[in-house]
Amino acid sequence: MRVLVIAWKELRQLRRDRLTVGMMVMLPLMQLLLFGYAINTDVRHIPTVVYDQDQSAASRDLARGLEVTTFYDLVGQVESYDEIERALRSGKAKVALVVPRRYGAELAAGRRAQVQLVVDGSDPQTVGSAINTAAALAAARTSELLVTRGPTVATGPRIEVEPATWYNPELRTAVFIVPGLIGVILTMTMVMLTAMAIVRERERGTLEQLVVSPVKNLELMVGKIAPYVLIGYVQISLILVAGRVVFEVPFVGSPGLLYALSFLFIAANLALGLFFSTIAKTQQQAMQMSFFFLLPNMLLSGFMFPIEAMPEPAQWLSNGLPLTHFLRVVRGITLKGADFSDLVPELYWLVGLLGVLVLAASLRFRKKVA
Amino acid sequence: MTTPIIQTEHLSRRFGSLVAVRDISLSVDKGEVFGVLGPNGAGKSTTIRMLCGILDPSGGRGTVVGYDLATEAERIKERIGYMTQRFSLYEDLTVRENLWFYAGIYGVPWRQRKARVEEVLTRTGLQDRRDQLAGTLSGGWKQRVALASATIHEPPLLFLDEPTAGVDPVSRRDFWEEIHRIAASGTTVLLTTHYMDEAERCHRLAFIFKGELLDTGTPAQIVERRGLRVAELTVDDAEAAARSLGGHPEIDEISHYGHVLRLTTRGGADPAELATTLLGPRAIQTCHEARATVEDAFVSMARRS
Ligand SMILES: Nc1ncnc2c1ncn2[C@@H]1O[C@H](COP(=O)(O)OP(=O)(O)O)[C@@H](O)[C@H]1O
Ligand SMILES: [Mg+2]
Repeated sequence: MRVLVIAWKELRQLRRDRLTVGMMVMLPLMQLLLFGYAINTDVRHIPTVVYDQDQSAASRDLARGLEVTTFYDLVGQVESYDEIERALRSGKAKVALVVPRRYGAELAAGRRAQVQLVVDGSDPQTVGSAINTAAALAAARTSELLVTRGPTVATGPRIEVEPATWYNPELRTAVFIVPGLIGVILTMTMVMLTAMAIVRERERGTLEQLVVSPVKNLELMVGKIAPYVLIGYVQISLILVAGRVVFEVPFVGSPGLLYALSFLFIAANLALGLFFSTIAKTQQQAMQMSFFFLLPNMLLSGFMFPIEAMPEPAQWLSNGLPLTHFLRVVRGITLKGADFSDLVPELYWLVGLLGVLVLAASLRFRKKVA
Repeated sequence: MTTPIIQTEHLSRRFGSLVAVRDISLSVDKGEVFGVLGPNGAGKSTTIRMLCGILDPSGGRGTVVGYDLATEAERIKERIGYMTQRFSLYEDLTVRENLWFYAGIYGVPWRQRKARVEEVLTRTGLQDRRDQLAGTLSGGWKQRVALASATIHEPPLLFLDEPTAGVDPVSRRDFWEEIHRIAASGTTVLLTTHYMDEAERCHRLAFIFKGELLDTGTPAQIVERRGLRVAELTVDDAEAAARSLGGHPEIDEISHYGHVLRLTTRGGADPAELATTLLGPRAIQTCHEARATVEDAFVSMARRS
């Protein structure tokens, strides 16, 4: 009952706080447009050389196919791996396509053929785009793509990549970014709002009055943050709808599943906000802490850069971020139509992280002053 | 003899190396208006916080409304009202919403809540301002709403920490009438103040200075125990008179009240006689003995400890 009273009070205050409400609606929309239009992580017109050992109709078709994507500009033919290496080193090309002998014959015989993509490993942006595009292309031709990172071609490892672009066949970044944006926006606003809501009460002296009331710790915590769960869901819906209208982002899977699993993520962020509120002395500090937390999330969660391309310690770190797992959930459901069983590992992670955060927050959030 | 509603023994609280409250033993009876007096930083708020169960004592023990401070703090919270030193209403809620909120968290049953809020609004004369945002009220009105919020659940014990700081004299007087009305209805009130005129309105007092309890009793007892005698004189040259009186071992305090000099002695010496001997009868225009006040007693104690 007291939980309801506190939640009611919080909503009343929120209703009169035009600035915060406006921010919570505008922020997702602004970010959506910003990321959707302005930041285009797709790299186009990558200078590419072709080492065509096959010289068949099929190999020429593959090279042309590469060029019409507009991601690749064919800048020349080469005759050896040495030449590829020189091209990469000199910067004349960033990618080389190697079509082996018998490529056309293998395809004609109905077997899987292999092609090799040598990419300039020093430029991760290019690598990502190049691999994705080429993988899609190769997949369309039932070929296997081997990727080698240069410029030292001969010793470079041969990597088989899963063509992630299957799920984004038009290679539109917005499609990939928009669902991820849900997670980023929630991370930003949920943590900040709860942290500030509690620190504000401490600053104004009203928290001491709550602490001295018979309200229980848990009631106070839950009542304070419950309204923000609602706001979280409003933001999710807002981004999904706007993403669909503006960028035609598809929604393949079950909205119900997404909304259900989102609860864990929202709750984890709220618990973190609560935890921050026990450390921050002023609202400004609370805000700074939230922004500080956002940074590793943007970089490590896989929102902007693929986790697979990160060094191992960074990958461990990224597992500790709820956003990492939520991104898999949200992208999985919206873009790939993942169902519950596909997402069980992420579910475990989210539950685990939520548990840790709730524990940390409630250990520090004591109903005493000083 | 009824058992005291508050009883403490050697209650202490340390903040690092600072001893904010040292060895305070006091008892407060049901229905009293009990004043805790002391200058800023004396440890008044710290004492109240311990009594409310939101700050753990670092030594000593106590019971409040029959519950143990150390082990039953949560039980205490259900039975007290506490207006913090900087009691702030939610400024972005209306008067009624504030009352409604406090009624809710203090567990006034839902069915009675509306009636209780209405009754309080009427009694405190807030009906006209019920839908005004609390932030737009003047200081005196805010104070009234705050008091109404802290007592909405009709607690048997009410703590008020410097409730009248920064409130104008007229509002203060109204406020005190309200406090006595609350006390008359059976609620015990413990309040802190450093206004000495307010101290005289309390049934009993405790003097706290630098964390220590200097004396406790009714205002009359405290003044009497201090053994002060006071004379008020008008003289030709107050400054010169103050200089020649100062430093005399039997004189406790000399203070200016406009043209009047107030002379305090301790230990029985007659201040009027002393003044006449020290200044000579011709220097004194008028001289009469005055009643020693709580303020005299308090200043005297604070200076000597
Ligand atoms: N949370 C705290 N941490 C450290 N010192 C404190 C704390 N609260 C109070 N104090 C110190 O304890 C002393 C008594 O403070 P307080 O009880 O607020 O005095 P009063 O209410 O009589 O003005 C002061 O010196 C104050 O600085
Ligand atoms: Mg104080």
